This record gives sequence, C-alpha cells and structure tokens, in this order.
Amino acid sequence: MRQRPVDDEAPDRLYMVTGGRTRADESAFDSVSLIVSECEPAPGMQSEHVKILRLTRRPTAVVELSAQLRLPVSVVKILLCDLLDTGRITVRHPSALRSAGGPSPELLKEVLVALQNI
Amino acid sequence: MPSRTSERAALRATAADALKIVIVGGLGVGKTTMVGAVSEIRPLSTEEVMTEAGAGIDDTRRVRGKTTTTVAFDFGRITLTESKVLYLFGAPGQQRFWYVWDQLFSGSLGAVVLVDTRRLQDSWYSIDRLEHHRMPFVVAVNRFTEGPGVDAVRDALSLPDTVPLVDCDARLRHSSKDVLVTLLRHLTTWYAPAQETTS
Ligand SMILES: Nc1nc2c(ncn2[C@@H]2O[C@H](COP(=O)(O)OP(=O)(O)OP(=O)(O)O)[C@@H](O)[C@H]2O)c(=O)[nH]1
Ligand SMILES: [Mg+2]
Repeated sequence: MRQRPVDDEAPDRLYMVTGGRTRADESAFDSVSLIVSECEPAPGMQSEHVKILRLTRRPTAVVELSAQLRLPVSVVKILLCDLLDTGRITVRHPSALRSAGGPSPELLKEVLVALQNI
Repeated sequence: MPSRTSERAALRATAADALKIVIVGGLGVGKTTMVGAVSEIRPLSTEEVMTEAGAGIDDTRRVRGKTTTTVAFDFGRITLTESKVLYLFGAPGQQRFWYVWDQLFSGSLGAVVLVDTRRLQDSWYSIDRLEHHRMPFVVAVNRFTEGPGVDAVRDALSLPDTVPLVDCDARLRHSSKDVLVTLLRHLTTWYAPAQETTS
C-alpha cells in the first residue's frame, strides 16, 4: 500500500486546521454536497477558510475541496461547518438525501440519456 | 478569469444536484483508469478518515480515540445537465474501506464491481458488502488477458442471474461508458416500484 500522509505527520495539522474540534455537525454535508461561497475572504481569516471561499466561487463538491486542500473529507466538513454557521457559504444538497425510496424513474432516465450522449 | 481557480474545470454556476456511482475493485484492477476514461476532469485523489459516527458496532479493532482508519480513493465527474453532475468514485474493496462507506457513499445510485479474472477472489468481499448495504451493482470484467468467459466468472462469483455481468476495457471511453449504461438500465429495474408481489 502507498503511504498515506494522514497516517503519520498529519494529526498535528488536522488538529491545527480544526482548532482541535473533533466533530461539528458534519452531517450537514454529504461528500458531494455542492458548496457556494457567499462572500470574499476577509483579512485575518484562517487560511483554509480563505482557500475554501476562493475555490467555491463556482459550486464545488466537498470531495473536490478535500482533494484540492489535501485534507480528509471529514476535516473539510468541519471547516465548512464554521463557514456555514457564519453565513459565508451556502450548500446545495444532493437530492438523493431527500428521496427515501431511492432515485425516481425520471431521474434514472435522465442520467441514462445523459450518459448515452457523452 | 483570475489565477489559480481557473486552472481547474469548475462546475457550471447552475450545478445544484450531485449524484454518485462507486467503482469498487481490488488493487490494480483498473478503477482509476475507468474513472479517467469517462470523466471530464483528470481523476482527483483524496482520502477519508473514519469518524466516531462512522465507527460501526462491528468494528471491534478500534481502540477508543487512537486507531484511525484512513482510506484513499479517487474520483472524476460527468456533467449531465444544467443542474445535475455525476461523481464517479474509484474505491478499494478491502475491508477497512467499508468502515467509511456510509460516510462517503450513502445515497449512491449504484456501484460497479470491477474484476480481474486472475484475481476473482478479490471481489468476493466487495460483492458481499454491497449486498449487505442493499446497494445495486453490476460486475464488469476488465479484460487484461483472455481468461475465463463471463459464464465461468458468474459461476466463480456465485452471481445471481439478476446481476448484469459484462466484459470491458477500462482504458476505452466507450467501453467504460457502456458499463455505466448497463448499470443505469439495471437500476431502472432495481428501483422500479414493485407492481405485484409475485413478479
Ligand atoms: N491490459 C490492460 N491494462 C489495463 C486495463 N485497465 C487498466 N490497465 C492498466 O492496469 C494498471 C492499473 O490500473 P489502475 O487504473 O491504476 O488500477 P486501480 O484499480 O486504480 O489501481 P489501485 O488504485 O492501485 O488499486 C495501469 O497500468 C493501467 O494502465 C485493461 O483493460 N487492460
Ligand atoms: Mg487507483
């Protein structure tokens, strides 16, 4: 297996970027929730928050932020909680979270047609 | 447009609903290749750590606050419509991966199990876990070599007839696309509301 950065040097960094919090209400975000910034970064903001606000000028999925910031998905979610609490971002949740009975036939058809046309 | 963010292909401003499909398979089976073959961006890689809530009751190995399960995965995406975008994840099928399944992949439409006929046993566990999570899937045989035919593979995997099994070449866009189309057709049946209890 490849050596993963989080296995060794990273715990300190994780502690730093999240201010030692272990878990905010991360359930507010899915791994593919689309994040959109609602303001420009302000002076004195934590550098990860600044990066997120810049990356999310266009809608950006949580996993893409994770890849760009080189931080685990759940750490990104904690950072996003702060920005959501202060109204600096908005979130576009996946519709799958709202449809308990699984995807609708209409949605599946839409995906199928779109895939056939790629 | 300014500086660094313009280097990556951003989603449309109208993007509002992201969907997920997961490609699981053993080491080196071609997961990243398949993601890259159909994705509109170069596959990105990242990782997830298991959080407290993700620590299942079946995880007896976990020492409180000490052991961290880390799983690397990669992903690409396909813009489907003005508002919808499909994320394709390539994820390892090994045991610890399933500890982060709910964190990352709950709400997925379905999955592709990618198999290499030289190491069929690598996919047994993934198939078992997907069934456990009631996640619909198709099996795609990535043809590195001739190997056994699809019927023999179906037997070796004890795969019911209801699960589609197809050959593919993960390096080819049209072949990987066909796998996804097969999955979507299967999902249409799988999620169809049961009309009669007998059928
Ligand atoms: N001959 C052949 N080679 C393939 C095929 N698909 C992938 N490969 C090659 O197999 C190697 C492994 O493919 P990857 O896509 O990296 O596999 P992976 O499942 O992502 O591997 P890990 O992430 O390391 O587990 C690469 O060198 C690919 O170019 C195929 O259909 N035929
Ligand atoms: Mg890979």
